Amino acid sequence: MTANSDDSSSLGLARWYDLFSRGARDWLRHDEKVREAVRENLPRIIANGDVINDSTRTVRVPVRMLEHYHFRLRSPGDSQGVGQGEVKPGDVLAEGSPAEGSDKGEGGQGEGGIQLMLEIKIDDIVDWLWEEMQLPNLKARVGPSDDSDWVREGWDRRGARSRLDRRRSVKEMVKRQGLGGSKTFTDEDLRFRQLARRRQPAVHAVVFFMLDVSGSMSERDRKLAKTFFFWVVQGLRREYRSLETVFVAHTTEAWEFAESDFFQVTGTGGTVASTGLNKVREIIDARFSPARHNIYLFYASDGDNSIGDHEPAQQALTDIATKACFAGYVEVASGLSRQLATETGRLFGEAAANGQAVASFVIDDFDGVWGAVRHFFSTEVKATG
Amino acid sequence: MNDPPMNASGDWRSYVQRMEELAARQGLNFHPVEFEAVPDAFMMEIAVYGLPVRMPHWSFGVRYIYQLIQRNMGHSRLFEVVFPGNPGHAYLSSGNGLAENVLVTAHVLGHADFSCNNLLFRRCQEQVSEHIVEHAASHARQVSQAIETHGAQRVEAALDAALALEQHIDIDQRLRRERFPEFLPDAKALVDDDFRRRFASLDPVAAQGVFETRKRAPVPPHPERDLLWFIAHYAPEMESWERDIFLAVREESFYFYPVFATQIMNEGWASYWHARLLREADFVPPEAYVDAIKCHSDVVRPMAADQQIALAVNPYHLGFSLWEKIIEKQGLEAARLIMQQDDDFGFVRNHLTREIAEELELFRFAARSDGNIRVLDRDLNGLHEALLAPKYNFGAPNIAVSQLRQDGSLELEHDHVTDGRGIDVERGRKVLEYIRRVWRRPVTLHTVDQGGAALALSSL
Repeated sequence: MTANSDDSSSLGLARWYDLFSRGARDWLRHDEKVREAVRENLPRIIANGDVINDSTRTVRVPVRMLEHYHFRLRSPGDSQGVGQGEVKPGDVLAEGSPAEGSDKGEGGQGEGGIQLMLEIKIDDIVDWLWEEMQLPNLKARVGPSDDSDWVREGWDRRGARSRLDRRRSVKEMVKRQGLGGSKTFTDEDLRFRQLARRRQPAVHAVVFFMLDVSGSMSERDRKLAKTFFFWVVQGLRREYRSLETVFVAHTTEAWEFAESDFFQVTGTGGTVASTGLNKVREIIDARFSPARHNIYLFYASDGDNSIGDHEPAQQALTDIATKACFAGYVEVASGLSRQLATETGRLFGEAAANGQAVASFVIDDFDGVWGAVRHFFSTEVKATG
Repeated sequence: MNDPPMNASGDWRSYVQRMEELAARQGLNFHPVEFEAVPDAFMMEIAVYGLPVRMPHWSFGVRYIYQLIQRNMGHSRLFEVVFPGNPGHAYLSSGNGLAENVLVTAHVLGHADFSCNNLLFRRCQEQVSEHIVEHAASHARQVSQAIETHGAQRVEAALDAALALEQHIDIDQRLRRERFPEFLPDAKALVDDDFRRRFASLDPVAAQGVFETRKRAPVPPHPERDLLWFIAHYAPEMESWERDIFLAVREESFYFYPVFATQIMNEGWASYWHARLLREADFVPPEAYVDAIKCHSDVVRPMAADQQIALAVNPYHLGFSLWEKIIEKQGLEAARLIMQQDDDFGFVRNHLTREIAEELELFRFAARSDGNIRVLDRDLNGLHEALLAPKYNFGAPNIAVSQLRQDGSLELEHDHVTDGRGIDVERGRKVLEYIRRVWRRPVTLHTVDQGGAALALSSL
């Protein structure tokens, strides 16, 4: 019956509405606006470490539908309405629940109630960050490499069946036919894609994350560091096809950890930064070569290094700085911002003054993570570029 | 009837003409209606946009998603949408069964009769023309062209403002209005004496300067409620395509107003007539008739099947009940007069009597912001006011332009005495911000705060 009625209405211009959905079009525009709004709030999203889903490489952000604002009266405490049914004055039809907010009774079109979960690709966010910071892309150190890859290159008359290029083969057949040949394929028409081996420049990078886990580092300090480290990895991963990460934690001793354990580590006792730096140096020497790897070090600490450690730490840092592209020090100082007037702050400050590719930054709350990411990447570009 | 009986699988279109003839015999008087069966997805869009083709704006996308969610939850189902005009346009869901379509055809004719005879509808149609569907489509095209020429962002800014103010029109003025007079009427110039005449005959140019006593009239001369019109005509730096967008939105609002202000009457009238025409339609096969009657009772029932109490009044049900009672008591002639002359305000106040209110078991309730809902009473005046409160002033707060200042800034005044309380501050500021982007000068709204003290909201 549906088909019948449709046929009888096909007057040429009928069914034009099948061609597009205006609702979907305007919804997509809304979606775009939400993303724009989210983008404007990037620092806050970045700051929230909990929303990151490692497995899908997305960030889930709860958003409300946008409201197109109209002039409305202030919502009254009590609103009145007319209902229908068998009731007596004074009957209570619904119990109030104190937990619920004042959202009820508003929203003439029932809007405002639904929450959307927007999934944003981490790569998109990193793209936005880069645009936002207007950074030139990092220059990777290119070196010789054993790395190679297969690339498509040209055609041949012989090859594996799986690499048969049908389009090309048909073209050959048509060409031959144009010259008066037969209409069926012959073996001569077949073309196979060929592969060639290409050497890839070295685009390896390794990032060392060094975390001070001494007794003075609180839970919140560690979380700040984790959030910061996460976005650093994202930024670097954009530039390097393969990025290795090494996690080092230290108190008065230093250990290498797997990523999963790294942020759970808590230690007690004092801080001797040189142990960590020496550990990093050791690992570089044992597993990575500055010629083939772009090496980065990020160190998060509250800055309390033991005073006697200044000399050895300075030596270790200088040594690392000659091998690494960049070393960044982030001081997580929840509550009290001391503006790098700490032992470790001084250590990195001196290194920067000596012209080494080193920078420091203080994070005192989650909003600061954004500033830190921005700071380090712009400094890094200056240092290497 | 000599025609062969229709079986249930027959096409509803074959009923349309017979239904029209039957309706005309029953005294219904309407412009021809063009029926079209369209897919549900399109029906839903018509409901969202209010018109079959309408300008693009993201806010419709939001409504669309809500509608989609509602439909998926099985809350609402649309049988038809009808647009008044000459000819009228009726869109029927292609998902309707035969019986439903028979009923819907009769329902549409009831609407057509209403929109052709109700004075409010007629007055608005005289101004907007009887081709709103085509006009809206050309507005949509105009907006698309503006997007191409001026970019989506700028057009969106104009639409954000225009659509936010879509309820702020003055239906008592004409759609096409002249600008306010630029000068005050000059009382002295009318004085005509020998001296002046003599002077003017000697040197006409000088005389004009000497006797020039005209004064510039204030703008607006009185509080102006038609914000769309005022902004389109007096914004200091608006571009002409932006004015066009404002006037396009305003024209559509003039079309929407009678639909909004007569909803209870109009739906009731159409429901009354679909029931009556169906009773009289001997050409409808019995099984289709039974299905159609069942469908009718679904449409006009006051509450969902499994509920005892409804916290909203179904306008189909209320209107239908009122019309039934009016026609029973006063006859069809009187009912037709009421249909022509009233809108929902008069209709509810005059004809929702204590007796009907009790019969329908209407009650007034208070809903607290924490979710508590308590039955108040069955007071008739209270019921009238609670039913009509959301309909005053096109459902929007009373806001008027009070002053256009020398520096071009715009002053709006909220009539908080009439409305009973102030404007929602956060939303108000956002709307002012929309306006500022097209007005391009500061915009201020005077209202009151929670405690009733004067409060001036400004655009950023």
